[in-house]
Amino acid sequence: MLVGLIWLLACQLVGEVVVRLTDAPIPGAVVGMVLLFVVLRWRRTPDSAPVIRAGDYLLGHLQLFFVPAGVGVLAYLGALRAHALPVLVGMLGSWLLAIATVGWAVTALIRRRGGETGPAPEEIE
Amino acid sequence: MRGHDTWHWLTTSPLPWILLTVAAYEAGRRLRERTGHPLAQPVLIALVVVCLVVRLTGTSYDDFSSATSIISFFLGPATVALAIPLHRQTHRLRGLVLPMLVGVLAGAVVSVSSGILLVRVLGGGELLARTMGPKSTTTPVAIALSGRFHGVSELSAVFAILVGTLGAVVGPAVLDLLRIRERRARGLALGAVSHGIGTSRALHDDPVEGAFSGLSMGLTALATCLVMPVLVPLLV
Repeated sequence: MLVGLIWLLACQLVGEVVVRLTDAPIPGAVVGMVLLFVVLRWRRTPDSAPVIRAGDYLLGHLQLFFVPAGVGVLAYLGALRAHALPVLVGMLGSWLLAIATVGWAVTALIRRRGGETGPAPEEIE
Repeated sequence: MRGHDTWHWLTTSPLPWILLTVAAYEAGRRLRERTGHPLAQPVLIALVVVCLVVRLTGTSYDDFSSATSIISFFLGPATVALAIPLHRQTHRLRGLVLPMLVGVLAGAVVSVSSGILLVRVLGGGELLARTMGPKSTTTPVAIALSGRFHGVSELSAVFAILVGTLGAVVGPAVLDLLRIRERRARGLALGAVSHGIGTSRALHDDPVEGAFSGLSMGLTALATCLVMPVLVPLLV
Protein backbone atom coordinates (compact mmCIF):
# COMPACT_ATOMS: atom_id res chain seq x y z
CA MET A 1 0.00 0.00 0.00
CA LEU A 2 2.77 2.40 0.97
CA VAL A 3 4.82 1.40 -2.07
CA GLY A 4 1.77 2.17 -4.19
CA LEU A 5 1.39 5.60 -2.62
CA ILE A 6 5.07 6.29 -3.36
CA TRP A 7 4.43 5.49 -7.04
CA LEU A 8 1.46 7.85 -7.18
CA LEU A 9 3.27 10.69 -5.41
CA ALA A 10 6.39 10.22 -7.55
CA CYS A 11 4.35 10.39 -10.77
CA GLN A 12 2.64 13.54 -9.53
CA LEU A 13 5.96 15.11 -8.54
CA VAL A 14 7.47 14.45 -11.97
CA GLY A 15 4.30 15.84 -13.59
CA GLU A 16 4.37 19.01 -11.48
CA VAL A 17 8.08 19.56 -12.24
CA VAL A 18 7.59 19.00 -15.98
CA VAL A 19 4.65 21.43 -16.08
CA ARG A 20 6.68 24.11 -14.32
CA LEU A 21 9.79 23.61 -16.45
CA THR A 22 7.85 23.72 -19.74
CA ASP A 23 5.21 26.24 -18.60
CA ALA A 24 2.60 23.89 -20.12
CA PRO A 25 -1.01 24.95 -19.41
CA ILE A 26 -1.90 21.49 -18.02
CA PRO A 27 -2.30 20.49 -14.37
CA GLY A 28 0.77 18.62 -13.12
CA ALA A 29 -1.35 15.78 -11.74
CA VAL A 30 -2.76 15.12 -15.24
CA VAL A 31 0.77 14.81 -16.63
CA GLY A 32 1.43 12.43 -13.72
CA MET A 33 -1.65 10.42 -14.76
CA VAL A 34 -0.35 10.06 -18.33
CA LEU A 35 3.04 9.05 -16.95
CA LEU A 36 1.49 6.41 -14.68
CA PHE A 37 -0.59 5.12 -17.60
CA VAL A 38 2.59 4.63 -19.67
CA VAL A 39 4.29 2.86 -16.75
CA LEU A 40 1.28 0.57 -16.20
CA ARG A 41 1.10 -0.41 -19.89
CA TRP A 42 4.87 -0.81 -20.16
CA ARG A 43 5.14 -3.14 -17.17
CA ARG A 44 1.80 -4.88 -17.89
CA THR A 45 0.96 -4.22 -14.26
CA PRO A 46 -1.38 -6.84 -12.76
CA ASP A 47 -4.27 -5.94 -10.44
CA SER A 48 -2.35 -7.31 -7.44
CA ALA A 49 0.38 -4.64 -7.74
CA PRO A 50 0.70 -2.17 -4.82
CA VAL A 51 0.19 0.87 -7.06
CA ILE A 52 -3.13 -0.52 -8.31
CA ARG A 53 -4.33 -1.34 -4.81
CA ALA A 54 -3.34 2.08 -3.43
CA GLY A 55 -4.84 3.83 -6.45
CA ASP A 56 -8.10 1.89 -6.26
CA TYR A 57 -8.41 2.79 -2.60
CA LEU A 58 -7.95 6.51 -3.32
CA LEU A 59 -10.37 6.37 -6.26
CA GLY A 60 -12.93 4.61 -4.07
CA HIS A 61 -13.02 7.73 -1.91
CA LEU A 62 -12.46 10.32 -4.63
CA GLN A 63 -15.60 12.21 -3.59
CA LEU A 64 -14.19 12.82 -0.10
CA PHE A 65 -11.18 14.69 -1.43
CA PHE A 66 -13.15 17.45 -3.10
CA VAL A 67 -15.54 18.18 -0.23
CA PRO A 68 -13.26 20.98 1.11
CA ALA A 69 -13.16 22.68 -2.32
CA GLY A 70 -16.93 22.35 -2.67
CA VAL A 71 -17.49 24.10 0.66
CA GLY A 72 -15.91 27.13 -1.05
CA VAL A 73 -19.32 27.67 -2.68
CA LEU A 74 -20.29 29.43 0.58
CA ALA A 75 -17.96 32.30 -0.25
CA TYR A 76 -19.65 32.78 -3.65
CA LEU A 77 -23.35 32.40 -2.85
CA GLY A 78 -23.95 36.10 -3.46
CA ALA A 79 -22.24 36.03 -6.86
CA LEU A 80 -24.18 32.90 -7.82
CA ARG A 81 -27.49 34.47 -6.88
CA ALA A 82 -26.64 37.60 -8.90
CA HIS A 83 -25.76 35.47 -11.95
CA ALA A 84 -28.25 32.63 -11.51
CA LEU A 85 -29.41 32.69 -15.15
CA PRO A 86 -25.99 32.48 -16.89
CA VAL A 87 -24.84 29.87 -14.37
CA LEU A 88 -27.89 27.62 -14.77
CA VAL A 89 -28.23 27.95 -18.54
CA GLY A 90 -24.47 27.67 -19.05
CA MET A 91 -24.28 24.52 -16.94
CA LEU A 92 -27.39 22.74 -18.28
CA GLY A 93 -27.02 23.95 -21.88
CA SER A 94 -23.41 22.92 -22.33
CA TRP A 95 -24.08 19.60 -20.58
CA LEU A 96 -26.94 18.79 -22.97
CA LEU A 97 -25.04 19.92 -26.09
CA ALA A 98 -21.96 17.89 -25.15
CA ILE A 99 -23.78 14.66 -24.21
CA ALA A 100 -25.66 14.80 -27.56
CA THR A 101 -22.44 15.54 -29.48
CA VAL A 102 -20.51 12.61 -28.01
CA GLY A 103 -23.44 10.17 -28.21
CA TRP A 104 -24.36 10.97 -31.80
CA ALA A 105 -20.77 11.25 -33.06
CA VAL A 106 -19.73 7.91 -31.58
CA THR A 107 -22.92 6.16 -32.78
CA ALA A 108 -22.44 7.48 -36.33
CA LEU A 109 -18.73 6.56 -36.43
CA ILE A 110 -19.29 3.06 -35.04
CA ARG A 111 -22.04 2.47 -37.59
CA ARG A 112 -19.88 3.71 -40.47
CA ARG A 113 -16.99 1.46 -39.47
CA GLY A 114 -19.29 -1.42 -38.58
CA GLY A 115 -18.28 -3.43 -41.68
CA GLU A 116 -14.55 -3.35 -41.01
CA THR A 117 -14.46 -3.89 -37.28
CA GLY A 118 -16.63 -7.00 -37.09
CA PRO A 119 -18.17 -7.99 -33.77
CA ALA A 120 -17.98 -5.73 -30.74
CA PRO A 121 -14.88 -6.22 -28.55
CA GLU A 122 -16.89 -7.82 -25.77
CA GLU A 123 -17.88 -10.64 -28.10
CA ILE A 124 -14.30 -11.41 -29.11
CA GLU A 125 -13.13 -11.98 -25.57
CA MET B 1 -9.13 28.64 32.94
CA ARG B 2 -8.62 25.06 31.83
CA GLY B 3 -12.03 25.06 30.20
CA HIS B 4 -11.16 28.22 28.35
CA ASP B 5 -7.88 26.76 27.06
CA THR B 6 -9.62 23.61 25.91
CA TRP B 7 -12.27 25.65 24.10
CA HIS B 8 -9.55 27.73 22.46
CA TRP B 9 -7.82 24.57 21.27
CA LEU B 10 -11.08 23.12 19.94
CA THR B 11 -11.89 26.24 17.93
CA THR B 12 -8.40 26.62 16.42
CA SER B 13 -7.33 22.99 15.86
CA PRO B 14 -7.90 21.51 12.40
CA LEU B 15 -8.93 18.21 13.99
CA PRO B 16 -12.68 18.90 14.47
CA TRP B 17 -13.02 20.04 10.82
CA ILE B 18 -11.20 17.00 9.48
CA LEU B 19 -13.35 14.72 11.62
CA LEU B 20 -16.54 16.49 10.55
CA THR B 21 -15.66 16.28 6.84
CA VAL B 22 -14.74 12.58 6.90
CA ALA B 23 -17.72 11.66 9.10
CA ALA B 24 -20.19 13.61 6.93
CA TYR B 25 -18.80 11.86 3.84
CA GLU B 26 -19.12 8.46 5.52
CA ALA B 27 -22.70 9.27 6.50
CA GLY B 28 -23.33 10.13 2.84
CA ARG B 29 -21.88 6.77 1.76
CA ARG B 30 -24.17 4.92 4.13
CA LEU B 31 -27.19 6.86 2.92
CA ARG B 32 -26.32 5.94 -0.67
CA GLU B 33 -25.97 2.28 0.27
CA ARG B 34 -29.28 2.32 2.08
CA THR B 35 -31.36 4.24 -0.50
CA GLY B 36 -29.49 3.51 -3.75
CA HIS B 37 -30.90 6.77 -5.13
CA PRO B 38 -28.61 8.51 -7.67
CA LEU B 39 -29.24 11.83 -5.89
CA ALA B 40 -27.74 10.38 -2.69
CA GLN B 41 -24.13 11.21 -3.66
CA PRO B 42 -21.80 11.12 -0.64
CA VAL B 43 -20.18 14.38 -1.76
CA LEU B 44 -23.53 16.21 -1.94
CA ILE B 45 -24.59 15.03 1.49
CA ALA B 46 -21.19 15.88 2.98
CA LEU B 47 -21.30 19.32 1.37
CA VAL B 48 -24.71 20.16 2.80
CA VAL B 49 -23.73 19.03 6.31
CA VAL B 50 -20.30 20.70 6.33
CA CYS B 51 -21.56 23.95 4.77
CA LEU B 52 -24.28 24.17 7.43
CA VAL B 53 -21.79 23.69 10.28
CA VAL B 54 -19.30 26.17 8.77
CA ARG B 55 -22.11 28.71 8.38
CA LEU B 56 -23.64 28.19 11.83
CA THR B 57 -20.28 28.47 13.62
CA GLY B 58 -19.40 31.61 11.67
CA THR B 59 -16.15 30.03 10.44
CA SER B 60 -14.48 31.69 7.47
CA TYR B 61 -13.87 29.57 4.36
CA ASP B 62 -10.15 30.35 4.57
CA ASP B 63 -9.92 28.89 8.08
CA PHE B 64 -11.92 25.81 7.06
CA SER B 65 -9.88 25.38 3.89
CA SER B 66 -6.51 25.47 5.64
CA ALA B 67 -7.80 23.14 8.38
CA THR B 68 -8.85 20.53 5.79
CA SER B 69 -5.89 20.99 3.42
CA ILE B 70 -4.68 17.48 4.31
CA ILE B 71 -7.86 16.09 2.71
CA SER B 72 -7.55 18.25 -0.41
CA PHE B 73 -3.94 17.18 -0.73
CA PHE B 74 -5.06 13.72 -1.83
CA LEU B 75 -6.74 15.18 -4.93
CA GLY B 76 -3.30 15.10 -6.60
CA PRO B 77 -2.38 11.42 -6.16
CA ALA B 78 -6.04 10.45 -6.77
CA THR B 79 -5.93 12.26 -10.12
CA VAL B 80 -2.75 10.34 -10.99
CA ALA B 81 -4.59 7.13 -10.04
CA LEU B 82 -7.19 7.80 -12.77
CA ALA B 83 -4.62 6.12 -15.03
CA ILE B 84 -5.66 2.81 -13.45
CA PRO B 85 -9.22 2.54 -14.89
CA LEU B 86 -7.82 3.66 -18.25
CA HIS B 87 -5.20 0.91 -18.06
CA ARG B 88 -7.88 -1.66 -17.21
CA GLN B 89 -10.18 -0.69 -20.07
CA THR B 90 -7.60 -0.46 -22.84
CA HIS B 91 -8.47 -3.97 -24.09
CA ARG B 92 -12.00 -2.82 -24.94
CA LEU B 93 -10.74 -0.37 -27.49
CA ARG B 94 -10.20 -2.72 -30.42
CA GLY B 95 -11.72 -1.11 -33.51
CA LEU B 96 -13.04 1.77 -31.45
CA VAL B 97 -10.05 4.04 -31.06
CA LEU B 98 -10.97 6.50 -33.79
CA PRO B 99 -14.71 6.89 -33.00
CA MET B 100 -13.86 7.28 -29.36
CA LEU B 101 -11.11 9.85 -29.76
CA VAL B 102 -13.12 11.90 -32.26
CA GLY B 103 -16.24 11.72 -30.10
CA VAL B 104 -14.50 12.66 -26.85
CA LEU B 105 -12.52 15.48 -28.47
CA ALA B 106 -15.66 16.89 -30.11
CA GLY B 107 -17.43 16.63 -26.75
CA ALA B 108 -14.68 18.55 -24.97
CA VAL B 109 -14.71 21.31 -27.60
CA VAL B 110 -18.51 21.63 -27.46
CA SER B 111 -18.63 21.48 -23.67
CA VAL B 112 -15.92 24.08 -23.05
CA SER B 113 -16.95 26.51 -25.79
CA SER B 114 -20.72 26.34 -25.20
CA GLY B 115 -20.18 26.68 -21.44
CA ILE B 116 -18.05 29.79 -21.92
CA LEU B 117 -20.27 31.32 -24.62
CA LEU B 118 -23.59 30.74 -22.85
CA VAL B 119 -22.27 32.36 -19.67
CA ARG B 120 -20.87 35.32 -21.60
CA VAL B 121 -23.95 35.86 -23.79
CA LEU B 122 -26.21 35.85 -20.73
CA GLY B 123 -24.07 38.45 -18.98
CA GLY B 124 -22.25 36.22 -16.48
CA GLY B 125 -18.92 37.96 -17.07
CA GLU B 126 -15.42 36.76 -17.82
CA LEU B 127 -14.53 35.20 -14.46
CA LEU B 128 -17.66 33.04 -14.43
CA ALA B 129 -17.02 32.00 -18.06
CA ARG B 130 -13.49 30.85 -17.16
CA THR B 131 -14.97 28.99 -14.19
CA MET B 132 -17.62 27.21 -16.32
CA GLY B 133 -15.11 26.08 -18.98
CA PRO B 134 -13.63 22.94 -17.35
CA LYS B 135 -16.72 21.75 -15.40
CA SER B 136 -17.26 18.56 -17.45
CA THR B 137 -13.96 17.06 -16.34
CA THR B 138 -13.61 14.97 -13.21
CA THR B 139 -13.72 17.32 -10.20
CA PRO B 140 -9.99 17.28 -9.27
CA VAL B 141 -9.06 18.13 -12.86
CA ALA B 142 -11.77 20.82 -13.02
CA ILE B 143 -10.26 22.38 -9.88
CA ALA B 144 -6.74 22.27 -11.31
CA LEU B 145 -7.76 23.54 -14.77
CA SER B 146 -9.84 26.34 -13.33
CA GLY B 147 -6.87 27.52 -11.30
CA ARG B 148 -4.58 27.26 -14.31
CA PHE B 149 -6.90 29.44 -16.42
CA HIS B 150 -7.74 31.99 -13.72
CA GLY B 151 -11.27 30.83 -12.91
CA VAL B 152 -12.63 30.27 -9.39
CA SER B 153 -11.50 26.72 -8.50
CA GLU B 154 -14.03 26.27 -5.69
CA LEU B 155 -16.93 27.15 -7.99
CA SER B 156 -15.63 24.92 -10.79
CA ALA B 157 -15.62 22.11 -8.23
CA VAL B 158 -19.26 22.80 -7.38
CA PHE B 159 -20.30 23.03 -11.06
CA ALA B 160 -18.52 19.73 -11.73
CA ILE B 161 -20.27 18.06 -8.78
CA LEU B 162 -23.64 19.42 -9.97
CA VAL B 163 -23.31 18.29 -13.61
CA GLY B 164 -22.01 14.96 -12.34
CA THR B 165 -25.08 14.51 -10.20
CA LEU B 166 -27.30 15.69 -13.06
CA GLY B 167 -25.85 12.91 -15.22
CA ALA B 168 -26.33 10.32 -12.49
CA VAL B 169 -29.99 11.29 -12.03
CA VAL B 170 -31.27 12.05 -15.57
CA GLY B 171 -28.38 10.97 -17.86
CA PRO B 172 -29.80 7.60 -18.99
CA ALA B 173 -33.26 9.12 -19.61
CA VAL B 174 -31.74 11.95 -21.67
CA LEU B 175 -29.76 9.42 -23.72
CA ASP B 176 -33.03 7.54 -24.39
CA LEU B 177 -34.67 10.80 -25.51
CA LEU B 178 -31.73 11.52 -27.84
CA ARG B 179 -32.16 7.97 -29.24
CA ILE B 180 -28.60 6.98 -28.36
CA ARG B 181 -28.92 3.22 -27.84
CA GLU B 182 -25.48 1.78 -28.58
CA ARG B 183 -24.14 0.77 -25.16
CA ARG B 184 -20.60 1.95 -25.83
CA ALA B 185 -21.80 5.29 -27.21
CA ARG B 186 -24.04 5.77 -24.14
CA GLY B 187 -21.19 5.12 -21.74
CA LEU B 188 -18.79 7.40 -23.61
CA ALA B 189 -21.38 10.21 -23.73
CA LEU B 190 -22.26 10.02 -20.03
CA GLY B 191 -18.63 9.86 -18.89
CA ALA B 192 -17.74 12.82 -21.12
CA VAL B 193 -20.20 15.17 -19.42
CA SER B 194 -20.72 13.74 -15.93
CA HIS B 195 -17.31 12.16 -15.17
CA GLY B 196 -17.04 9.87 -12.12
CA ILE B 197 -20.45 10.59 -10.64
CA GLY B 198 -22.15 9.77 -13.95
CA THR B 199 -19.91 6.71 -14.25
CA SER B 200 -21.16 5.32 -10.96
CA ARG B 201 -24.70 5.45 -12.40
CA ALA B 202 -23.57 3.90 -15.69
CA LEU B 203 -21.87 1.06 -13.79
CA HIS B 204 -25.06 0.48 -11.87
CA ASP B 205 -27.10 0.24 -15.12
CA ASP B 206 -24.80 -1.85 -17.32
CA PRO B 207 -21.16 -3.05 -17.08
CA VAL B 208 -20.30 -2.08 -20.67
CA GLU B 209 -21.77 1.40 -20.24
CA GLY B 210 -19.89 1.75 -16.96
CA ALA B 211 -16.54 0.70 -18.42
CA PHE B 212 -16.85 3.10 -21.34
CA SER B 213 -18.05 5.88 -19.09
CA GLY B 214 -14.94 5.51 -16.92
CA LEU B 215 -12.74 5.46 -19.99
CA SER B 216 -14.46 8.55 -21.33
CA MET B 217 -13.97 10.38 -18.02
CA GLY B 218 -10.19 9.87 -18.21
CA LEU B 219 -9.97 10.80 -21.89
CA THR B 220 -12.21 13.85 -21.41
CA ALA B 221 -9.84 15.12 -18.70
CA LEU B 222 -6.97 14.87 -21.19
CA ALA B 223 -8.94 16.30 -24.13
CA THR B 224 -10.11 19.25 -22.04
CA CYS B 225 -6.51 19.98 -21.02
CA LEU B 226 -5.65 20.09 -24.72
CA VAL B 227 -8.54 22.29 -25.90
CA MET B 228 -8.65 24.79 -23.00
CA PRO B 229 -5.39 26.59 -23.96
CA VAL B 230 -6.83 27.11 -27.46
CA LEU B 231 -10.44 27.93 -26.61
CA VAL B 232 -10.09 30.12 -23.53
CA PRO B 233 -8.02 32.92 -25.16
CA LEU B 234 -10.28 32.70 -28.21
CA LEU B 235 -13.64 32.93 -26.45
CA VAL B 236 -13.07 34.82 -23.20
